Amino acid sequence: MAGDGVDATILQLLQDNDWLDTKDIARQLGKDHQLVVGAVKSLQSLGDVITAEQRVSKWWELTGEGQLVVENGSHEAVLYRAIPPEGVLQKKLMESIPNAKVGFSNAMKKKWIHMDKTGANGPVVKQAVSAIEDDVQKTVQDIAANQGEGVDNKVKQEMKKRKLIQEVGLWKEKKFKPYNFDALGVPPVSGHLHPLLKVRAQFRQIFLEMGFTEMKTNNYIESSFWNFDTLFVPQQHPARDEHDTFFIKEPMYAQGFPEEYMDKVKTVHSQGGFGSQGYQYEWKREEAQKNVLRTHTTAVSARMLYQLAQQQKDGFKPVKLFSIDRVFRNETLDATHLAEFNQIEGVVADYNLTLGDLMGVLHAFFKKLGIEKLRFKPAYNPYTEPSMEVFSYHEGLQKWVEVGNSGVFRPEMLLPMGLPEDITVIAWGLSLERPTMIKYGIDNIRELVGHKINLQMVYDNPICQLTS
Amino acid sequence: MPTIGVNRDLLFERLGRTYTEEEFDELMFDYGLELDEVTSEKAMLEKEQGVTAQGASEAIIYRIEIPANRYDLLCLEGLVRALLVFQEKQEAPRYKAIPPTSGNSQQLIIQEATAQVRPHAVCAVLQGVNFTQAMYQSFIDLQDKLHQNLCRKRSLVAIGTHDLDTVQGPFIYNAKPPAEIKFKPLNQTKEYTAVELMQLYKSDSHLKHFLHIIEDKPVYPVIYDQNGVVLSMPPIINGEHSKITLNTKNIFIECTATDLHKAKMVLDSLVTIFSEYCQTPFTVEAGEVITPDGTKLTYPALPYREEIVDVAWINKSVGISESPESIAKLLTRMCLSSEVIEESKVKVEIPPTRYDIIHACDIMEDVAIGFGYNNIQRTIPKTNTIGDQFGLNKVTDLLRQDIAAAGFTEVLSFSLCSRDDVAGKLNKDIESSGAVHIANPKTLEFQIARTTLLPGILKTIASNKKMPLPMKLFEISDIILQDKDKDVCAKNERHFCAVYYNKNPGFEIIHGLLDRFMQLLEVPYSKEGNGYFIRAADDPTFFPGRCAEVVVKAQVVGKLGVLHPDVITKFELNNPCAALEINVEALL
Repeated sequence: MAGDGVDATILQLLQDNDWLDTKDIARQLGKDHQLVVGAVKSLQSLGDVITAEQRVSKWWELTGEGQLVVENGSHEAVLYRAIPPEGVLQKKLMESIPNAKVGFSNAMKKKWIHMDKTGANGPVVKQAVSAIEDDVQKTVQDIAANQGEGVDNKVKQEMKKRKLIQEVGLWKEKKFKPYNFDALGVPPVSGHLHPLLKVRAQFRQIFLEMGFTEMKTNNYIESSFWNFDTLFVPQQHPARDEHDTFFIKEPMYAQGFPEEYMDKVKTVHSQGGFGSQGYQYEWKREEAQKNVLRTHTTAVSARMLYQLAQQQKDGFKPVKLFSIDRVFRNETLDATHLAEFNQIEGVVADYNLTLGDLMGVLHAFFKKLGIEKLRFKPAYNPYTEPSMEVFSYHEGLQKWVEVGNSGVFRPEMLLPMGLPEDITVIAWGLSLERPTMIKYGIDNIRELVGHKINLQMVYDNPICQLTS
Repeated sequence: MPTIGVNRDLLFERLGRTYTEEEFDELMFDYGLELDEVTSEKAMLEKEQGVTAQGASEAIIYRIEIPANRYDLLCLEGLVRALLVFQEKQEAPRYKAIPPTSGNSQQLIIQEATAQVRPHAVCAVLQGVNFTQAMYQSFIDLQDKLHQNLCRKRSLVAIGTHDLDTVQGPFIYNAKPPAEIKFKPLNQTKEYTAVELMQLYKSDSHLKHFLHIIEDKPVYPVIYDQNGVVLSMPPIINGEHSKITLNTKNIFIECTATDLHKAKMVLDSLVTIFSEYCQTPFTVEAGEVITPDGTKLTYPALPYREEIVDVAWINKSVGISESPESIAKLLTRMCLSSEVIEESKVKVEIPPTRYDIIHACDIMEDVAIGFGYNNIQRTIPKTNTIGDQFGLNKVTDLLRQDIAAAGFTEVLSFSLCSRDDVAGKLNKDIESSGAVHIANPKTLEFQIARTTLLPGILKTIASNKKMPLPMKLFEISDIILQDKDKDVCAKNERHFCAVYYNKNPGFEIIHGLLDRFMQLLEVPYSKEGNGYFIRAADDPTFFPGRCAEVVVKAQVVGKLGVLHPDVITKFELNNPCAALEINVEALL
């Protein structure tokens, strides 16, 4: 047992007492106070043996002024004694002793002295009583002897007010065990945001900083018409294969198409027009009616552009649009591919934009992600021409990696909508998951998205600073 | 995107120089191609089969990614031709269809019965070819690539190539009941009926993918020569009799199709590339197709089309300022022979190899590629616009912040799930869920779009059971429901869901979160007016007597309660759970 049998002694003492103060025990046993506290704690840990409560320990000590009072008497007593039997000029008295002002006023209050103002040379002070009892000195002496214990609190407060005593904390005489600054602190109880959505917040921020307006993308179910046909994706395109796209069994078909526009789409696919040869195949309405889980947010961009084309009463107003939302692919799943992911998309529709403008906007966008070195590779995409894959130089991997896709929307897509010929629409897209995985060093996408996520990773995840 | 494998040494020999891997990668990149992998036949076999491939060639193979619309680049010959023209080491050849030296074209007569299954056919002859092993392999590979891409896995077009000297025209393209078709198919030693063949190929890893195209048709397409020899049964298999060998000199090519335009494209793509090996390079012997109504058509079409492009428009679109001459030269390097016809116009000739050029914007892109994407000056559009957020997303983000600040951790579950997730496991039936059903899911995980966020959070807890308790999780995301009022007959709805998982049920914790949530949206507690309150409700997902519905303006917007022990068990959890789910949109 700890404490050299102190614990047993404490139990014995407690048999005769309802309660004990550890300080008294320490004094009584002549042991160090900490040793007694340790013994109490070990007794507490046994369970229902003793109860203990913490008491704040404070004591009083004399100030420098208080020390003088102990040695010489209170200021009023010193003043009283300085007055000769015949009295003395007040002026002279005040100069003859220290703290005379306080002493004078207290002595007056206690009626130990009185003043004779008839003298020609000014007021004269005389003793009013023949003897005094210096209660203040006695009180201060008592306090000094017992560190304030047993003295009425009111009296102590008065002495404190007179700055004769001061309160002292226990810490002053204690030795403290040094802290281990190499240990971690206690983690705060917290809620956490999802890492992927923290990165999403940064991308939204970037678009907003660049003056882009967010599109309303909360429609996961889309018709093939808006998902493919309006984007000039031919009906036999592999992307429309059931191995690539989720088709909907219920509700299977969409309805309420803008018929006039649909007709133009049909024509541009099957016969061409607007300067195009078209794809020259038999376009089927039924194929366009099929509902799918949207394969890209570009379906929403198409709806937006069509809507803008219908609203241009006073001419087309240039727009910059963005969205970040879920899209779906019926693909084979692996460590980097899921059946659903978030697509980031930016769209600019303005008069006479150039391919150089697209590259300039991309440069500005990626710079905000901390990516400065970009190069562009010609690519193919059914609804953009020219099309470009965006590559950035990855310093860690020491090679160029693809970071996005981009292009200029085809006239076959824009002109049937009714957009003016001199309006160019540039667009780019990338996935949200890929940069997030790179940012947080996650190899398996299932550890980031979905129910197999590691919550510890979420709890430990830092804020998202894309530029560092 | 299609990927082709070419022998590196052969490629360099044809290109007239060698390249380091980096140099070649650079060249590919500028042309819009990608050097995907450097490998060898041996390495590929070993990767595929996981064993040492004894005797396989170790010659270096470059695997190159080709844009999906560049059918002219799908083999070594086409790739080399395009690159040499790009580097101005060669002029683009001019392709010609000529009548045969004998004067009589090979005829392919289409019978009416084909209309029931595969109505179109085109044909042509490559004359005086001298095959080497490499050429032969490339010829086979190209057909394979075309079949995969342009032919849409043979559904739109199927190619058959034959040793012309083993058969005799005119050829008959007919369609017959499967039992009446009997021949020795390619690489087999005996004859099979079409019925037997379909059975035989069910276990063929390659051919089984094409059977569905004709399987349930009453008649199958078949091509005979005048003596009744079967050339092919498209789109499945050719006959052994007319098989191409290294000794073949004259090749008869037929393409049968459901899409005539695609058939012409396929035939043109094949003959333009391989006419290089003909007696007279780049000339193709025309074939004659007689349609059921007696019309005579000559193939290959090999169309040359002219487009006039405006120089100013090209410059403006790309963001460059090149002279008309320079633009004509850039286009010529892209295999589009061009000349300046007046001050500001360039006449562009689109050859039969470039079916991808369907609009002036395709020509503009080739100017940009010729100029070099990375040589174009990067500019910022001048127009000023003011950014804005989508209101629902803005509110969602603000709520997410403060729910996290209330001590709950955000999860992100999938939008797709199994029927059981939203029905059986929640003690409910699927019919009343209003769920959107997916037609072609590859696994159970993608049967429907979720109608509630709760299963996703419960599954997240199930896979994180080692984490300390309590677990306090939430998600604010969209669920999907059928909705007749929308054009797609479905809609998203934004929900807020939170779960408290601990040794005790913690209804009061979730209730407190609801109160906090309402406070955040400035909805006061009140049984009247615009406030919210909760009242007892019955829901099989929750423990009887431990479920309440959330009412706002006399409308039920969500539920909260202690989950039913059956639900806990079905989600493989072992502690009680209190949960809350609310339709956020109903509160805005």
